[in-house]
Amino acid sequence: MPTLVSHPDEVKVLSKRFGLGAADIDKYIELDGYKATQKAIAEGPEWIINTMKASGLRGRGGAGFPTGMKWSFVPKVSEKPKYILVNGDESEPGTCKDHLVFREDPHAVIEGTIIAGLAIGSKMGFIYLRGEYRYLLNIVEKAVADAYAKGFLGKNIFGNEGVDFDIITQTGAGAYEVGEESALMESLEGKRGIPRIKPPFPAVVGLYGGPTVINNAETIANAPHILLMGGEAFAKLGTERNGGTRLFGISGHVERPGVYELPMGYSLRKAIYDVAGGIKDGKQLKAVVPGGASCPILKADEIDIGLDFDQMAKAGTMLGSGGIVVLDETVSIVEFALRTIRFYQHESCGWCIPCREGTDWIKKTLTRFHAGGGTKKDIDNIQYIADNMMGRTFCPLGDAAAMPTLGFVKKFRSEFEDYLAGARPANPLIQIQPVGEPEHAGAH
Amino acid sequence: MADVTFIVDGKTLTAPAGTLLIEACKSHGIEIPAFCYYPGLSLQAACRMCVVRIEKQPKLATACTTTVAEGMNVTTESPEIAQARKATLQLLLGNHPLDCPVCDAGGECELQDMTFKYGAADSFYAEPKNHRDEQKWSPVVYFDRPRCILCYRCVRMCGEGMDIFALGVQNRGSSSVIAPNIPAQLSGVVENGTELAQLDCEQCGMCIDACPVGALTSGTYRYKTRPWEMNHTATVCTHCGDGCKTTLGVRSVSDGSEIVRGDNRDKSGMNGDFLCNKGRYAFDFANNIERLTSPLIRKDGKLTPVSWDEALTFAGNKLRDLRQDRGPNSIGVIGSNRTTNEENYLLQKFARTVIGTNNIDHHRTADFVTLATSLQGATGRFASQHDVEKSPAILLVGGDPTNQAPLTAWNIRTNVRHNNARIYIANHEGIKLRRQAKAFVQVAPFGYGAFIESLKADNDFAKSLHAEEQLVVVVGNELRGGELASLIKALPHAKFALLADYANSRGASDMGLLPDVLPGYQSLAGSTIANEYAAADTPGLDLLAMFDAAAAGNLSALYVVGSNPVKRYGIDAVTLKSTFLIVQDLFLTETAALADVVFPAANLYEKSGSVTNSYGDLQLVSKAADKAGTRSDFELIVRLAGHMGHDLKTLVPFGKGLRSDMGQSRGAQSGEADRHSVWMTANNLEPKTSPFDPFAILDEIQRLVPGYDKLLRLQLLSGNDQHISPSASGLVQITTSRKDLVLPSADTLFTSGSLTRYSPMLQDVQRHQSTEVADHLASAD
Amino acid sequence: MATIPNSIFTPTTAARFDKLATIYPVKRSALVPMLLYAQDEIGYVSDPVVAEIAQRLDLLELDVRNVLSYYSMLRTVPAGKYNVQVCTNISCMLRGGFELLDHCKHTLGIGHKETTPDGLFSLEEVECIGACCWAPAVQVNYDFHDDLTPEKMDAVLDSYRAREPK
Ligand SMILES: Cc1cc2nc3c(=O)[nH]c(=O)nc-3n(C[C@H](O)[C@H](O)[C@H](O)COP(=O)(O)O)c2cc1C
Ligand code: SF4
Ligand code: FES
Repeated sequence: MPTLVSHPDEVKVLSKRFGLGAADIDKYIELDGYKATQKAIAEGPEWIINTMKASGLRGRGGAGFPTGMKWSFVPKVSEKPKYILVNGDESEPGTCKDHLVFREDPHAVIEGTIIAGLAIGSKMGFIYLRGEYRYLLNIVEKAVADAYAKGFLGKNIFGNEGVDFDIITQTGAGAYEVGEESALMESLEGKRGIPRIKPPFPAVVGLYGGPTVINNAETIANAPHILLMGGEAFAKLGTERNGGTRLFGISGHVERPGVYELPMGYSLRKAIYDVAGGIKDGKQLKAVVPGGASCPILKADEIDIGLDFDQMAKAGTMLGSGGIVVLDETVSIVEFALRTIRFYQHESCGWCIPCREGTDWIKKTLTRFHAGGGTKKDIDNIQYIADNMMGRTFCPLGDAAAMPTLGFVKKFRSEFEDYLAGARPANPLIQIQPVGEPEHAGAH
Repeated sequence: MADVTFIVDGKTLTAPAGTLLIEACKSHGIEIPAFCYYPGLSLQAACRMCVVRIEKQPKLATACTTTVAEGMNVTTESPEIAQARKATLQLLLGNHPLDCPVCDAGGECELQDMTFKYGAADSFYAEPKNHRDEQKWSPVVYFDRPRCILCYRCVRMCGEGMDIFALGVQNRGSSSVIAPNIPAQLSGVVENGTELAQLDCEQCGMCIDACPVGALTSGTYRYKTRPWEMNHTATVCTHCGDGCKTTLGVRSVSDGSEIVRGDNRDKSGMNGDFLCNKGRYAFDFANNIERLTSPLIRKDGKLTPVSWDEALTFAGNKLRDLRQDRGPNSIGVIGSNRTTNEENYLLQKFARTVIGTNNIDHHRTADFVTLATSLQGATGRFASQHDVEKSPAILLVGGDPTNQAPLTAWNIRTNVRHNNARIYIANHEGIKLRRQAKAFVQVAPFGYGAFIESLKADNDFAKSLHAEEQLVVVVGNELRGGELASLIKALPHAKFALLADYANSRGASDMGLLPDVLPGYQSLAGSTIANEYAAADTPGLDLLAMFDAAAAGNLSALYVVGSNPVKRYGIDAVTLKSTFLIVQDLFLTETAALADVVFPAANLYEKSGSVTNSYGDLQLVSKAADKAGTRSDFELIVRLAGHMGHDLKTLVPFGKGLRSDMGQSRGAQSGEADRHSVWMTANNLEPKTSPFDPFAILDEIQRLVPGYDKLLRLQLLSGNDQHISPSASGLVQITTSRKDLVLPSADTLFTSGSLTRYSPMLQDVQRHQSTEVADHLASAD
Repeated sequence: MATIPNSIFTPTTAARFDKLATIYPVKRSALVPMLLYAQDEIGYVSDPVVAEIAQRLDLLELDVRNVLSYYSMLRTVPAGKYNVQVCTNISCMLRGGFELLDHCKHTLGIGHKETTPDGLFSLEEVECIGACCWAPAVQVNYDFHDDLTPEKMDAVLDSYRAREPK
């Protein structure tokens, strides 16, 4: 079972009930649970949206889109029903924060979903969990059933005549791409997880053709806290245009890996060296992937930077899903790049040519390169393919594969060249597979 | 929608708001490359070939999903764009087998063309390509997986276009693959020890046509030849009454020229994108080794090959003698649903003026006489095939277009998909088009009379129909005679069309292969044609009556052209024992086997002329192939008349000065001038010099047959269809007692009358589909 | 009353599927969960499973196959009773994911997507399973086991063996 960690620098808003048994509805109520929903019912949609806007909360799914603004895009009047869709597909390598939210505080997700529903005038929400999270699905399903039993879900919630809200829980069955919002809707509609053409955007035409708000589970779970503490108070915890706190998962070569709630803008260096206890076994830092596998890598000398969307963008990378992956000096970037592209190759939905073929060719090339059959031209080819994927694919997965790849070959080109010259990692992480070995992980 | 103005490559263009950029550019002559985009099918944005630069947008945009907007500034070719497209091609070619030299699509491949344009031929991958063996999904559809570029055109064509959904996309990422609906382990089909995935579908081959590369290939064409080694002739499909254009690929062989492929690549026909199984593949009967290639005469009870001269002289003399000895009305003539208008007209004229009898008929597959007489005098009430594609509302009474008239079904579906057309269906069976219907009325077997009655009553179905301002009614062959007339009466504002069974069923009726009316449904007495023919004005024997007369020993001779009545009507061989029988056909059919003289005939793909589809849309038939030893029906009829001693100029108006040499000085109105040459001069036409030129008779058809007089030669010759309405008034009045004699052929997607058994492809497909269609194996025309 | 006569599923699952088909605005939404739950019960998505689910949701079998082949957790061949899924993605890799995978290959004597002859275990190398901060992690069926070492992995495998009747 995942262990909870803690550090004095943490500012616990979202995680304040973690470890307190809040999955139990009575315990949750005791800890101020479901107050925010009742307040939201009393104050009405406009107030909810204004409070969310004031909070400066930006989506925790990866793209960092301002949540209040997203909710305000939904047309007030719609012929088709409106929906809330909670994205709990959490599959970005390096990310396991929603995992904890579902386990430790499932009612916060439920409350947030109801609040979002109240804000946009929706009567139905879906909580979609990745298929691997079956034990979490059981927890969430129980929480939903308890909320129904208490009259917090269903008809006339909290005794309010005409205020109805239903939640359906849903499971995926193994597909990273289904985390992309439009592919998520497709999956929820019982189809292959292929993204949709945009526009129209989900706020206008979404699930079952109705206007839909899609938010990450952590984003949604913040809503009740924000309504209770006030938008401005939440905003103040973070930096300019990056309100509040965020769950950061720190993994890899650190002494105390774990999920920590830190204020937005917190120093990346401190997160690694103080909060997570520094590099494991006294080794030196080599590089950091700051926000999940799709974010371009930062070198050891690039970590004096605040953990918020804008500072990361300025540094040429992304805050992404908040999954900080730390690499010590022993890691071979060739190996790391290979494992990264293997993931994207495996998870590409295959719809568009640049992503389907691009990830496949980079993977093939890197596999051969790693096995010792590389040439100098391979490094250029990898860069060429990634360059030509950037911005040209149907959905951002193609970019998510190209961006880190470009980071690896640009920032660590010499390592690729040394590898060609015969240098090998002292401590290899991947056994060399003979070239041409059949597909890996879960391939069909 | 209102027009918007925008700039493409520095040119200011306009297009209706909402138009896709790729289409707007195309209509202004700017071609944007695309694999996945296919007009009329849903958008995919998957191939990323159509990327363009739109000012103020951060990324390249896909022209296939962008709609034009006021002031938009677009660049469609630039080094950046060319590089993007080149890179995409390089990625594709990395895995694409470069087996162009043996690929069916070589020379017609969109991937080849684009590689040529963007110069992405240099492959820089060291890895081996993923090889997979070719798969046979059905006798006519083969799949070569490595060649597939995953544009999903086939999947959409099958699902959205055909409403079949037999193709899917399976797996994901680089393992993605197009898959047919019967997986290998369930197909029960094993070849060389491997279970084969199979396609359970209509075998239309539309997926093959839509495929931009050689991933889907045709079982009848693959590895036969290269596209540039064929001659291509666009002509009309012989099989059903819908009138699809099929482009035949032909190559030379020792005994003529052989058809190796049928498709509709140029999409110029009224069928647009569409072609069905028969139109695409069932040309193979033409190459069948059982084709007759020599005239036969019965000698000592056996049909024996003889020279043309011997056969024609024998038949001509015999017919002349019998006419003299036993009278013209002792002779009968039966025509065909698959011969051209010119041949049909000529045949009835032969019967009426050379023999001198109205004993002429054909296998009727719809009651066009009732249609024509019921609508006489009205304008604009004959529906054309295009109406089915465009009209906002369609009522289908009886019939099952999906199986009998596939283009009609396609047009109905397309109309629903693109224009939200309202489809109303009344049928005694739950036909498949019901899926597209807004309302469906279940009719009891033989209960169409009651249905027509119900149109007068106060019910929702009737009300919606009467409220439709532009209603097209398509009628199946269940309705004819009085019932058909009352349906037409019940919907006085609607346009009508009848579904008939073969390429020229309508033409056979229009051209007067009927004992009681002349071409254009004109009366036997008093009409212009009647006056010119100066033939008998009493109705002749219909097809069944001819056989009755034969049985009674009263039919001295029967001349059968392109028809197999012995099989179709179950005629006993004894019936014809005292009748001199001349048969003109492709094969030794049941009828031909009883003949005294057999002439080997050319089929529709081996001759020129015109045909009229069920809807009355007339189109040019062009000679594609050639078979040594055969002659066109046209030539055979003319030669037979010649051998009977007939003055050919009175049969076929060729050469100068046909009727009189009074000249034109006394004017066309005088009635004494050469009416034909007056007409030709007025129409700027030259007299034809040969009696075997079908256009000579077309001149006469245009001059004499109402409806056909409106034909425009230029339209015909350009391959466009023209709608004919036999709009004259004063036609023969139908009496309720008139026998309609319609005998539906009961053909399906995989049968075509007697031709079925001479088409190996149709046989193969029937075995592939065995359970559903086995019953229909027996049909014949 | 069951909606499908002669269902191949247990009465409980069949009843659950009956309900699942009714809760969504569009019936088809039940497809992915149904396939997964069916696999949980039958062991894999067999042809009869495809047929029955297609029938339940008014879909073509082809539709069902298109969808099921997309999702990597769904399989069309049986796996072991305990499916050992070793994550080797970046966070786990850094903390010994591949070592763990290798260890499992050796101790179980099987490779990726293979099953032990007794049918007890199958092995799979999987992508990130959302346990990065507790790496290296393994899922056996749906159970998470984290912060593993080869020794701890042996204990995990033993704990499953111990569940079997002797
Ligand atoms: C390939 C891909 C995978 C994604 N996976 C996830 C995911 O697992 N969880 C998630 O919340 N968002 C994921 N996203 C982001 C979603 O598309 C979407 O932006 C997000 O759910 C919106 O919620 P937010 O505004 O609360 O961040 C993914 C995006 C892409 C392109
Ligand atoms: S970029 Fe293209 S292939 Fe890749 S996941 Fe997105 S749509 Fe699918
Ligand atoms: S045609 Fe636009 S992406 Fe394929």
